[in-house]
Amino acid sequence: MSNEIEAIKDPGLPAHKLRQTDVDPKAAARAEQQVAILFLLSALSTVLFIFSYFFISTETFIFIPLMGEQNAHQLFLGLGLAFSLLFIGLGAVHWAKTLMPDQEVIAHRHEFRSSDSDREDFVKTAKEGAAAAGLGRRSLIKRTLGLAVGLVGVSPIFLLRDLGPTPGDELKTTSWKAGSRLVTDPGDRPIRPEDLEIGSVAQTLPELAPGKDHHSLNDIAKDAVLLIRLRPEEFNLDAERLSWTYEGIIAFSKICSHMGCAVALYEQSTKHLLCPCHQSTFDVTRAAKVIFGPAARPLPQLAITVDEEGYLVAQAPFNEPVGPSFWGRSK
Amino acid sequence: MSARERIAGNVANYVDERTGAAAWMKKNLQKVFPDHWSFMLGEIALYSFVILLLSGTFLTFWFDPSMREVVYEGSYEPLKGLEMSAAYASALDISFEVRGGLLMRQIHHWSALIFMAAIVVHLLRVFFTGAFRKPREFNWIIGVGLLTLGIVEGFLGYSLPDDLLSGTGIRIAEAILQAIPLVGSYLSYFLFGGVFPGVTFIPRIYTLHILIIPGIFLALITVHLMLVWYQKHTQYPGPGRTEKNVVGYPLMPVYMAKAGGFFFIVFGVTAFLGAVASINPIWLYGPYTPGQISAGSQPDWYMGWLDGLVRMAPPIEPVIFGYTLSLNILIPGLIIPGILFTGMALYPFIEQWITGDKREHHLLDRPRNAPNRTALGAMALTFMLIALINGGNDLIATNFDLSINQIMWFSRIGIIVLPPIAFIVTKRLCLSLQRADRELVLHGRETGRLVMMPSGEFVEVHEPISPEKAWLLTQHEQNAPLQLEEKDARGVRRPGLLKSKLRKRFAIAHAEQVAKPTVEDLKEIEHH
Repeated sequence: MSNEIEAIKDPGLPAHKLRQTDVDPKAAARAEQQVAILFLLSALSTVLFIFSYFFISTETFIFIPLMGEQNAHQLFLGLGLAFSLLFIGLGAVHWAKTLMPDQEVIAHRHEFRSSDSDREDFVKTAKEGAAAAGLGRRSLIKRTLGLAVGLVGVSPIFLLRDLGPTPGDELKTTSWKAGSRLVTDPGDRPIRPEDLEIGSVAQTLPELAPGKDHHSLNDIAKDAVLLIRLRPEEFNLDAERLSWTYEGIIAFSKICSHMGCAVALYEQSTKHLLCPCHQSTFDVTRAAKVIFGPAARPLPQLAITVDEEGYLVAQAPFNEPVGPSFWGRSK
Repeated sequence: MSARERIAGNVANYVDERTGAAAWMKKNLQKVFPDHWSFMLGEIALYSFVILLLSGTFLTFWFDPSMREVVYEGSYEPLKGLEMSAAYASALDISFEVRGGLLMRQIHHWSALIFMAAIVVHLLRVFFTGAFRKPREFNWIIGVGLLTLGIVEGFLGYSLPDDLLSGTGIRIAEAILQAIPLVGSYLSYFLFGGVFPGVTFIPRIYTLHILIIPGIFLALITVHLMLVWYQKHTQYPGPGRTEKNVVGYPLMPVYMAKAGGFFFIVFGVTAFLGAVASINPIWLYGPYTPGQISAGSQPDWYMGWLDGLVRMAPPIEPVIFGYTLSLNILIPGLIIPGILFTGMALYPFIEQWITGDKREHHLLDRPRNAPNRTALGAMALTFMLIALINGGNDLIATNFDLSINQIMWFSRIGIIVLPPIAFIVTKRLCLSLQRADRELVLHGRETGRLVMMPSGEFVEVHEPISPEKAWLLTQHEQNAPLQLEEKDARGVRRPGLLKSKLRKRFAIAHAEQVAKPTVEDLKEIEHH
């Protein structure tokens, strides 16, 4: 255990030192005044708060050094509230520190453990209670009760079943079909190859199904596609993937294969796509191969071509699920 | 007796005859609380919770937790005519049409940040001073629960306005859920009522955010405080302070004034921040749409470490028997946080197992006197700090003109290498401080005065330290490591040898210390 003999003894609680306010009635009166002034400042701040609420227009802006243009209504309303609270607090603490007793007192601790006799009594009472109910003897009651309570506990899980449908194949499909035109987002205009300059990027969606007037967020979350135009010779693709491009235009799902953020940053000089959430970096020239970051899969590529009117269309739907991974993704 | 006293007496009599409160109040108004600045950290958390309840209630009067699509017609010009969810539109209305609404939103958000910061620093104080030891293990576990719940509550809260930034956060949470083997996509479909983002998510998390989780908070905080009250507060060591007493000021009047005043100070400072420091300007982000994102997407700071871990994860995603296992999400998003928080919750029991100490402790440790624990804390902090830094790697890269790839590689290597280094350095530092304490007790304080001895030698005059200081530096216990017998009385090896060997190693490491001065040491010094 600890050292048998402590080398240095506990000198005990230091003697209480009197404060200026304890001995000098003038100092005490001064402290009282200070506390009162703090409380008054709080009251004044509340007046500022009420004044700002009613009489400073929400459209007034003022210039404050270091902070720039500020909405005066918002600023003074806030400052009024802040100081009305702050000065109450400062006043109360100043009061406690200068005028209330500052003599430290000692209280004693007791062990939390109950006495042995209390413990014995408790065990006895519990046992007697259990015996009186016949928990030990009447096993039929015990078992059927267990069954009943267990089953009741299961029922809420059933009730939660209708929180949502099961996924089915929905996570694996998008609105893209063979022949879907690529339209601008926003604007819903079909795109011709010549609309895209070399080095430019466009965000697109599949054209709206007949009868729909706008894209739902549920659709955008799976359908968003980025179009990027390079010089055809800049690609480093196999023959199949190259056939999915059109005159240097390549299309990828914009939904990150890592966690589903929009892969929105395109660096023209390196031809890299970067996801701003977790910095997964994809090489556009190599079919969005992951070259850095936590994403494990390239962005799905959409095969594109042009239709007879010369607008860009999808050759086929995506050949793999878009967006973040899930357990049955490859099934 | 004045009229006022008579009325007060009548009221007190009326209440006491029905509740018997006087006896309880008499005892508890004199309750003694020890004084130390670090004991106010938990108070800040408590007061921030009250501020959150008040400002949050205000916000509910106008907030419309619905994902119904509306066209914005409010006074903020840049967004006029745009389609958005009713939730986002009403959050804009609170900011621009309701007088004091923006102030309340900012107070709510600032106090959430302060709440979490206060919890974390309070937890560090409790950890480094050993305040979690018996009999306070329950309160430690409740505290870890409150921290975890706070992270969830905060995340749900900043997701509610349904702006572009918060929607992105929800998308990431959905991806973590979806990565869970076997049931992930089902869980996601149940939570979102179908495919992401759906139309049910905001109303559902609203119920969680304003009802269920605050209710659990309230219950846990009540138990937390009742235990503090019942078990009495720990105190720092010092003259007159023992394991058997509490030295401090009585609740009435000093603590009522100080703690009550402190509530107003915390509220005032939060309101000041809300007034002058803009936070989460949702109108700049625009409404959420899954096809867009703002650069430099950052979660609130208490989620930053989690995002940082996810960012640095290597791209491992095996497909096993045709099933995809997203280890790049599961390890940083669920497994490591699970291990960290479980380990944190169990730490009091782990330390008890190592030391074999089953006694109550009410006197706090000076962190240097528990080198192993302090080093472990420094190690965990280093881990979290690197994760947090990596969570802001994009901002660091743009602000300091660094390469994001280099920061990521620094974090990937650093998170493995630096925590052990932090452990070793901290442990050595603690032992050095112990040695310095020992020197101070034995040889006193350096005065800076040089004296020439008759022999011509110069020596510095040392002055003995005060008995109070000497006591503070030597009052701690120095226990020998737990003795474990490898063989029992009959000379047969005990079962679980590996476990007991491990325990022995830990016990020895935990008990490493610089011996404090003994009676002999002091006597020897006196002879000089």
